[in-house]
Amino acid sequence: MGASSLIVLMIAAVAFAGIALLISKVVLKATKNKQKGEAYECGVPTRGPSWIQFNVGYYLFALLFLIFDVELIFLYPWAVVVKGTGWIALVEAVIFLFILFMGFLYAHKKGALKWQ
Amino acid sequence: MPSLENITDDLDVWLYQQFGATATFLIESVLIALLAIGLFSILGLVLIMMERKVSAYMQVRLGPNRVGPKGMFQTVADTLKLIVKEGMTPDGADKFLFNLAPFIVMIIAMVILAPLAFSKGFQIWDINIGVLFITAVSSVSVIGILMAGWASNNKYSLLGAMRSGAQIVSYELSAGLSVIAIVVLTGSLRISDIVASQENGWWLFKGHIPVLIAFVIFIIAITAETNRAPFDLAEAESELTAGFHTEYSGMKFALFFLAEYVNIFIVCAVGATLFLGGWMPLHFGSNTQFNHVMDYIPGIVWFMGKTFFLIFVIMWFRWTFPRLRIDQLLNLEWKYLLPISLFNLLLVTLMAIMGWHF
Repeated sequence: MGASSLIVLMIAAVAFAGIALLISKVVLKATKNKQKGEAYECGVPTRGPSWIQFNVGYYLFALLFLIFDVELIFLYPWAVVVKGTGWIALVEAVIFLFILFMGFLYAHKKGALKWQ
Repeated sequence: MPSLENITDDLDVWLYQQFGATATFLIESVLIALLAIGLFSILGLVLIMMERKVSAYMQVRLGPNRVGPKGMFQTVADTLKLIVKEGMTPDGADKFLFNLAPFIVMIIAMVILAPLAFSKGFQIWDINIGVLFITAVSSVSVIGILMAGWASNNKYSLLGAMRSGAQIVSYELSAGLSVIAIVVLTGSLRISDIVASQENGWWLFKGHIPVLIAFVIFIIAITAETNRAPFDLAEAESELTAGFHTEYSGMKFALFFLAEYVNIFIVCAVGATLFLGGWMPLHFGSNTQFNHVMDYIPGIVWFMGKTFFLIFVIMWFRWTFPRLRIDQLLNLEWKYLLPISLFNLLLVTLMAIMGWHF
């Protein structure tokens, strides 16, 4: 099977989840209750909105992740050919990773990796 | 000896002769869909049972032992219970995203199955960028988790989803670098090529110390990526009730739970393929008699055996290590695992260029 197998698998997943939800909908007798729809926070009524500004620390890590993830994507084609190309490819990768690592050290020095 | 490759090939040829091209394609699609759904159901039942039994024996207790022989049908009973529970949607939730999230997680888990090689020739799509495909698709699952956590409109869910997201994206880096180490040695992203390159020895054994380091980092990273203990602070029961799926109940919760266990299976299968030789049997140097005996065990048994061994190791971790704090977790990744795996990648490259492996 070629690329069409992905569509087949997607349909299978949707069918699997859909049928499971449908069976439970059919079998079940749901009752209406005002308290049922409240957010579950261990019995205590919710105070204030939940969609709030979040700790900036997570975003710093997300930014750093983005840099290294792009680096990872660049390394994939390099990894395929490096065995045949030999030393020149290794030296290039060392230069590339060195520049990147300097940036990483800079972020570390600035305290981006410290959890606040 | 009938192998799975012969069976699938014969079936393909027979269907083609009997029904023509279009009907063959349709029948094979339905077969694949049914096999994938069957695999999902069986994995759900087996892995949850295994988790409970392994936990029980590690804590010197019996575990579930009432439903069926040795409690084998406990998961079936639990699933029946979940079916008759109501899958509620909280009033404050973003209803569309809340109900979409379980579908996204299931689709991702199902699509990753495509390039996995269960046995020789028993593979849905032998895509030429198989490893890249797996890394790319598996990183989408974090969107499902963030979606579930944010749409619930619940503080525990949001906190759990954020922690989960930070953790998954961080550990993806070192997992990806360990995978690249194997790609460097193999020179191909195709899963069948990677398995074929291990015919005369698994990479774990013939790759010396750098591959061993990559394997250890990979195991740590996949434990974190699947939100398993000791990295389970995204759903730390004592602090966040259940993390991102706090608000989910009934069948919707069951889908998340199933996807979680299927993801454990998938990452362990990838680990088994890359480092432990996939469906290749264990061979000992020039010990021909031993090798012949090993050859008689079918490939799918080897593959499943290796995968379930890795799953057992990951379940073992849960009862061995205490949970980390979020700052310790991120420190471990960014200050230790990432620099080590970057350096290790260069070592592996040096090894590949010099031809130092057996």
